[in-house]
Amino acid sequence: MAKISIENLRHSYLPFPDPAREDQYVLKKLSIDWQDGGAYALLGPSGCGKTTLLNLISGLLIPTEGTMKFDGRDVTRATPEQRNIAQVFQFPVIYDTMTVFDNLAFPLRNRGVSEAEIAPRVKEIAEMLDLSRTLYNRASGLTADGKQKISLGRGLVRSDVAAIMFDEPLTVIDPHLKWQLRSKLKELHQRTKRTMIYVTHDQTEALTFADQVVVMNNGEIVQQGTPVELFERPHHTFVGHFIGSPGMNVLPCEIKGGKTFYAGQMIKAQNEKALKADGKFEIGVRPEFVTLAKTGIAADVVKVSDAGRFRIIETISGGNTIRLLLAEDVSVPSGQVKLAFDPEHTQIYQNGWLAGAAA
Amino acid sequence: MFQIGELVFRMALELRNIVKKDGGNTIIYDASISFEPRSFNILLGTTLAGKTTLMQLIAGIQKPTSGKIFHKGKDVTGMAVQKRNVSMVYQQFINYPNFSVYENIASPLRVAGMTNAEIGRRVGKAAELLRLGPMLQRKPSELSGGQQQRTAIARALVKDSDIILLDEPLANLDYKLREELREELPKIFADRDAIVVYATTEPSEALLFGGNTATMHEGRITQFGPTSTSYRRPVDLLTAQVFSDPPINTTKAEKRGQTLSVFSNQKWPVGEAGRKLKDGEYTIGIRPHNVAPFKHGKSIGTLNAKVIVTEISGSESVIHATVDGHTWISQSHGIHALPIGSQAELYADLDQCLFFDGNNRLVS
Amino acid sequence: MSNKIVNQKAWFLVAPVFLVVAFNALIPLMTVVNFSVQETFGDNVFTWAGVQWFQDVLHSERFHNALLKQLLFSAIVLAIEIPLGLAIALTMPRKGIWVSFCLILMALPLLIPWNVVGSMWNIMALPDIGLLAKMINGLGIDYNYTRQPVAAWFTIVLMDVWHWTSLVVLLCYAGLVSIPDAYYQAAKVDGAKPWAVFRYIQLPKLKHVLTIAVLLRFMDSFMIYTEVSVLTGGGPGNATTFLSIDLVKIALGQFDLGPAAAMSLIYFMIILAMSWLFYTLMMKNEES
Repeated sequence: MAKISIENLRHSYLPFPDPAREDQYVLKKLSIDWQDGGAYALLGPSGCGKTTLLNLISGLLIPTEGTMKFDGRDVTRATPEQRNIAQVFQFPVIYDTMTVFDNLAFPLRNRGVSEAEIAPRVKEIAEMLDLSRTLYNRASGLTADGKQKISLGRGLVRSDVAAIMFDEPLTVIDPHLKWQLRSKLKELHQRTKRTMIYVTHDQTEALTFADQVVVMNNGEIVQQGTPVELFERPHHTFVGHFIGSPGMNVLPCEIKGGKTFYAGQMIKAQNEKALKADGKFEIGVRPEFVTLAKTGIAADVVKVSDAGRFRIIETISGGNTIRLLLAEDVSVPSGQVKLAFDPEHTQIYQNGWLAGAAA
Repeated sequence: MFQIGELVFRMALELRNIVKKDGGNTIIYDASISFEPRSFNILLGTTLAGKTTLMQLIAGIQKPTSGKIFHKGKDVTGMAVQKRNVSMVYQQFINYPNFSVYENIASPLRVAGMTNAEIGRRVGKAAELLRLGPMLQRKPSELSGGQQQRTAIARALVKDSDIILLDEPLANLDYKLREELREELPKIFADRDAIVVYATTEPSEALLFGGNTATMHEGRITQFGPTSTSYRRPVDLLTAQVFSDPPINTTKAEKRGQTLSVFSNQKWPVGEAGRKLKDGEYTIGIRPHNVAPFKHGKSIGTLNAKVIVTEISGSESVIHATVDGHTWISQSHGIHALPIGSQAELYADLDQCLFFDGNNRLVS
Repeated sequence: MSNKIVNQKAWFLVAPVFLVVAFNALIPLMTVVNFSVQETFGDNVFTWAGVQWFQDVLHSERFHNALLKQLLFSAIVLAIEIPLGLAIALTMPRKGIWVSFCLILMALPLLIPWNVVGSMWNIMALPDIGLLAKMINGLGIDYNYTRQPVAAWFTIVLMDVWHWTSLVVLLCYAGLVSIPDAYYQAAKVDGAKPWAVFRYIQLPKLKHVLTIAVLLRFMDSFMIYTEVSVLTGGGPGNATTFLSIDLVKIALGQFDLGPAAAMSLIYFMIILAMSWLFYTLMMKNEES
């Protein structure tokens, strides 16, 4: 088990990248400090660099620049074996010719652990993963979720493992079984207290699994925070858009005399005191915090979509789309409406970043 | 199953008592359904419910074991796919890998022998609708998954088919791209004379599209009608289960006067929905979004639950919990990360409760 | 998919295949069957011979000898080419600029016509002027494949290994590159040593490819004719008179069409049976 610190990490797949050219790097100068025993998620759209970062941490790739430490020990150039990392891949990797037992015992046997020690350890892990009944079956005969559990088990079976990494581990799992595996993973984290790092493009998987979620975009970390922080105080408009369905409304605005105006209306925002002089300013407000009101921003209702538990009302105001949510039993207005934003949950963004946030 | 006027019937696509068997297995049991022109129809069901087979029967890729298919009043049961003027979009992104996006979209028109000018005009229009304008000269391998699927959809649109079939077209996309296309698709199909049939496993997708929904379960169509009706007034428990994600909570309940006995003799008030029902045994169904970790609504049923896991999507929490040995699910707004294994009280809004009789038919 | 739309036009599309198969395989095979149960002296005069020829062939010592030689040859060739091919495939680079170079190098022997292969090795191994013969004699070993049976066998095996190991290499290589990277990464993470990677990942994943390689190499080596005929003509004496060579001697040399036809059919059945045996043995324990 280990505390993971990453400093000024940069990575390029080119053999000799030009340090001055940002576009040659898939990961751009990032630093991370992760506590021992935490559950972390790397969340972002495909191509954001999250899998590259995962492979750098596990030692399958060596970074172009920067350092990486496990418990203060520099492991930047260490192999996965020296780092003592376990990894679960997108597609189940099992040793076809072996039984479930032998699969789980494999990492221990490779490290010369005696059979007398292996047997109880493997049985304990199999019990945890509900694999006891099939322990002596050929691993290749198991279903996808069984195989993924074996992959995970090979990581758990080593008591000295520094961290367990997951790379989109639920891709091949039947949708109806996903929540059960999610709950298993969470339960295992609480029982074993291992450092676990989970990479995914799916917000539900990341937010369900992790205590701290790292949102990535274009090779950069845009925010690290708890699910509540990501929802209530997105540090970047990208986070607001990417997390939550539907995503956050982002509207251009004007700042005059320290006050915020949208379409001539003054808007109260939670962070308006933090504004600095110039730049491009935007208001960010989630559909959950937009309500119909007697007075406020004028908008035209253009579309109503039924989501079952609520309705999504799409309105247009001054060329910008503003979405809001209405409960199932509230009647839906048509034509022109007036909208109000909840000041506690309305934020100002400067050049995309939350004004006043220590980014 | 449906009474349809003579005039409408002439334009519609009608499946009459379609049965499809493969070897010893029956894949479709006696399906009768009719789709109107200019309509958006959804086939909703889990994998293996028979959606794909039904689509292939409509397309003419497969032939029914018995039953007839009529289109515009004509029997088309044995007609070859090529003669049916049908387009199809699949879950996998199927494009010609060595053709540009332009040529991919143009391919059905080239087969039809159209002039270059007409092809150019139509491809341009389809590309604009699907926002592929800047990508026309690229090869499919240079596109993102979303753009590849847009290309496949544009190809299906371009030839003015009578019937457009889409088989889970968004299933392989990242969820943000899925959200984007989900929003656009109804607009794209809005002004077409075609019959659109769209298969999906996701109830939320069906709801967002509106139109009509046929809920399918193990080869049977359980209900067909306006999407919102199928969702809010399911004819039976099966339809309610197919049309609920996360799964609908159900339990046996005995109604006596204005109280319901549930689980091991717990008393709940009878909500609005059940007021007028006779006393007796019912199965009640409560959708997850009517169960929350906080009190809401007028008639509240309290559940003593043990949390299995809380799933958090960006703005909602889905709590899986054990109540009296059964799994119950709550879906509520906001982030409520209840710890695994903790005891929690969940509250059901009983006014929104569905009542099913002994045959699992909806009674209220 | 029991009843798809029936479209009779499709038969026209497969008709060429039926014609080719008929002329290529069925008609010649039936001719052989015809000869194998009759006696003929030319002029299209046939008398019924029943299973006479089959009995004769099966009891002939000459047939037993030829068959044993053929089996021994196949066994030696398989024992060398399969491990050697696998080993070469494992050492070949999987990415980078050397990939195409290696592949072309490997494919070269396969591109040379079989009779040319025979001639090449004939010239190389000729006792007086051949490069190979000079080299071996230079090492102080008495080598003359036209006179020594062992030397003749050695030369033929060497020629076959040179000619066909490439095929095994290419098959194994294709199998190796199709193993997803995740398997190697998982092995690294699990701390597996190279031998364990080979034993538990590469070998199991190559099972199908190796089965095909063994089958192809067995069938080909069991029917080898052209190269041997050009190189040794079956000699010295009868030392390299394999079943295939013997068969041609009987049929064309002695014009004993009946026994030759019977022998052909027995030969054919042996290949079929052996191939089936290999296939079943190697595919045993395979889950569906």
